[in-house]
Amino acid sequence: MQMPPLDPAILARRGEIVAALRTIVPGEGVIDDLEGMRPYECDALSAYRQMPLVVVLPETVAQVSTILRYCQDNKVKVVPRGAGTSLSGGSMPVGDAILLGLGKFNRMLEIDYANRCARVQPGVTNLGISKAVEHEGFYYAPDPSSQIACSIGGNVAENSGGVHCLKYGLTTNNLLGIEMVLMTGEVVRLGGKHLDSEGYDLLGVMTGSEGLLGVVTEVTVRLLRKPTTARAVLLGFPTEAGAADCVAAVIASGIIPGGMEMMDKEAVKCAEAYVGAGYPLDAEGLLIVELDGPSVEVDHLVDRVAEIARGRGATTVRVSNDEQERVLFWAGRKAAFPAVGQITPDYMCLDGSVPRGRLVEVLAEMREMSKKHRLRVVNVFHAGDGNLHPLILFDANDADELHRAEEFGADILRLCVRVGGVLTGEHGVGIEKRDLMGVQFTEIDLDQQMRLKCAFDPDHLLNPGKVFPQLRRCAELGRVVVHHNKMPFPDIPRF
Amino acid sequence: MTSTIKPRSREELRQAVEWALNEGTTLDVRGQGSKVVLGKPMVCDQVLDLSGLSGVVDYAPEELVVTLRAGTPISEVEALLAQRNQMLAFEPPDFGPLLGREAGQGTLVGAVMGNLAGPRRLSAGAARDHLLGFSGVNGRGESFKSGGKVMKNVTGYDLSKLLAGSWGTLAVLDQVSVKVLPAPDQTRTLLLLGLDDAAGVRAMCAALGSPHDISGAAHLPGKTALRIEGVAPSVEARLKALRELLIDWDTSMEELSTLESRAFWREVRDVAPLRSASDAVVWKISCPPTEGPVIMARIKALRPSAEAFYDWSGGLIWLALPPGADADHAIVRGAIGERGGHATLIRAPEAVRAAVPVFQPQPAALAALVSRVKESFDPKSLFNPGRMG
Repeated sequence: MQMPPLDPAILARRGEIVAALRTIVPGEGVIDDLEGMRPYECDALSAYRQMPLVVVLPETVAQVSTILRYCQDNKVKVVPRGAGTSLSGGSMPVGDAILLGLGKFNRMLEIDYANRCARVQPGVTNLGISKAVEHEGFYYAPDPSSQIACSIGGNVAENSGGVHCLKYGLTTNNLLGIEMVLMTGEVVRLGGKHLDSEGYDLLGVMTGSEGLLGVVTEVTVRLLRKPTTARAVLLGFPTEAGAADCVAAVIASGIIPGGMEMMDKEAVKCAEAYVGAGYPLDAEGLLIVELDGPSVEVDHLVDRVAEIARGRGATTVRVSNDEQERVLFWAGRKAAFPAVGQITPDYMCLDGSVPRGRLVEVLAEMREMSKKHRLRVVNVFHAGDGNLHPLILFDANDADELHRAEEFGADILRLCVRVGGVLTGEHGVGIEKRDLMGVQFTEIDLDQQMRLKCAFDPDHLLNPGKVFPQLRRCAELGRVVVHHNKMPFPDIPRF
Repeated sequence: MTSTIKPRSREELRQAVEWALNEGTTLDVRGQGSKVVLGKPMVCDQVLDLSGLSGVVDYAPEELVVTLRAGTPISEVEALLAQRNQMLAFEPPDFGPLLGREAGQGTLVGAVMGNLAGPRRLSAGAARDHLLGFSGVNGRGESFKSGGKVMKNVTGYDLSKLLAGSWGTLAVLDQVSVKVLPAPDQTRTLLLLGLDDAAGVRAMCAALGSPHDISGAAHLPGKTALRIEGVAPSVEARLKALRELLIDWDTSMEELSTLESRAFWREVRDVAPLRSASDAVVWKISCPPTEGPVIMARIKALRPSAEAFYDWSGGLIWLALPPGADADHAIVRGAIGERGGHATLIRAPEAVRAAVPVFQPQPAALAALVSRVKESFDPKSLFNPGRMG
């Protein structure tokens, strides 16, 4: 993984930059000693790490604004960071960049039940929002598996998902507004407690922009009322194709489950050994389908799903009878990653999305790749929305295995794109999939995205080295070539 | 009269834009032109007619995705989805009659370009939430794409969000993939009669705060409507629970059947209650739901003849004001003020739309950012110049 070369001029000015930051953020808010900066050297993609130039932890919007303005004026790069749980290296530090941590922005500012929204600071955790409103029967819908730790600001940056996306959407579908600071230091508000944008939907663009466009300093999220009932159905199939068919049939029948997860035989075996959820070990494909809503609706739909599954050859059909059993059904799935961790020194978690209809074919091809790369692969995925999480098992201490795992991962993502899918469904591009962007996008596609980046950050100072395989200068990208004599009158119908 | 250029393929579309760039020709980009009277009036050298790029490319009901070319009529898409019991969940409105045109016109991409949404906006989102991906041509005459055909996708910037609601000013789309959803088996409506605006909005907010999955909440003069959709046993149970929730309110209740409900919500969606005064100017105000009646009271204090109804639980005000040279834009936007939200002038004579800001004016820093974004797609301002003001 190549990061951009460090700028010696910036490194030489480190003392001056630290001093300038200290005039903006007093006391312990500026960390420049090695030991103090160590906790920030990587995010959850811990295979890649780099010490930042300096860490700064502002407490006010005015401080964020002044810092960014200073960085713009002095052409100093900035890496924004929430809780550092990115799985794609989105908040990995860069050696010649300030690491701007928003952990101190950790307050709930307002809960407005009548308008069903909450205004919070970006450092509040995803789960923290749901916890703060659960006594009134509300929750915040997107639930990434890191929800206990990940920050809502990071969720905005990554457009985080979770297991309930098919029914309740990703972060982008559950946001009402943000306040953000541009590299110029200007503070801009997008949206609010109302719906839809008055002009271009910049809130939509900011969501999932991986910290490359601006720094979010406040977030307004939509709150939902918790469904009164949820029941889970465990479905075991003798073939993976049977399980995949069942997923398509449930959706084609007009049912949108709250969650619909699939595990392959190997994943079931690991999870069962780890938590003993009572999964059928003979199943080649296991589905967990969760229905939520009013109890009469849930009962009705549970019966229909069970019937569809039997029609598709399910050998196990078990419906949770109480909350304890529902939680148990989920326990194996939720522990699937650590469970796999028990049988391998290391694993690499991928995140491609494919059209559901191609699932079986993709799984089969993955098995062939597994033979070719001589590495095992275990599959756990959000079947409802076609978001795969293949886990490649390897030993990082073996350089050849690490290399083969990287190659295998890249092959899987290329396969996802080839069948009409995408490189990443919810983890983000970051540094991890940066160099594969050309598999999904043409140079023109990427240039257009970079031009948008230029509209926000003309000097490419924000989160450098992420998302784009190669950065081109904004002045070069902005040039318009006009050929006055070329094709004066193309052969297209006119009247 | 402005002449028209009508490409028949993606490549012809690209060539047409490249030609316009080389000639310095501005383009009035249209599908069927059903909403040309919406937005700031434009003076363009040429009409770029997308109706030659029409038809559904791919429809996979079990994938919940339909892919179609930009000129495809919305009626064609809706009819196709209905055959498989699916729908465009954002419930795109038909503004035809409101804008003095025929009903049933327009393209799906046209609705997406306005980020339009009907009553189900509350629970299902707007067009922006359903546009999964697109391909099109930017103002440099380059074909490009963004997004895809899958539900979950965070690869690169989400340009679909930006294009939805850009009123054709950033790029010319040739193809889109749109998320579709199962249509509900049943649609029923609980009507609360005789509540004033403030009480009606309070009742809607209370219903929305319940676990009964309300998919439409509108308040018309003397009539507050709550929509419940889904499978039969669920709809019955929720209607009953909703009645119990609202039992203490000083109101009588009625129910609408599935057929009656469909007709009622179509009228709300298409702003039919404001159609009678054909010369009135019509505003669309988006605000926090509980602020709706507050904003309306301010407007009524200055313009007692104002007519209005609320959708989105009070968060959308459809407002009709008597005709006037400035459409009372200062009164409308002044009433919103610090309450939060924005107003768009949906219907007014051309001279009025030329004179006042049709879209909500933005603070300087945001306006400057917006113009840089526009430039990043369409540096020579070829597409619908000035439409968004």
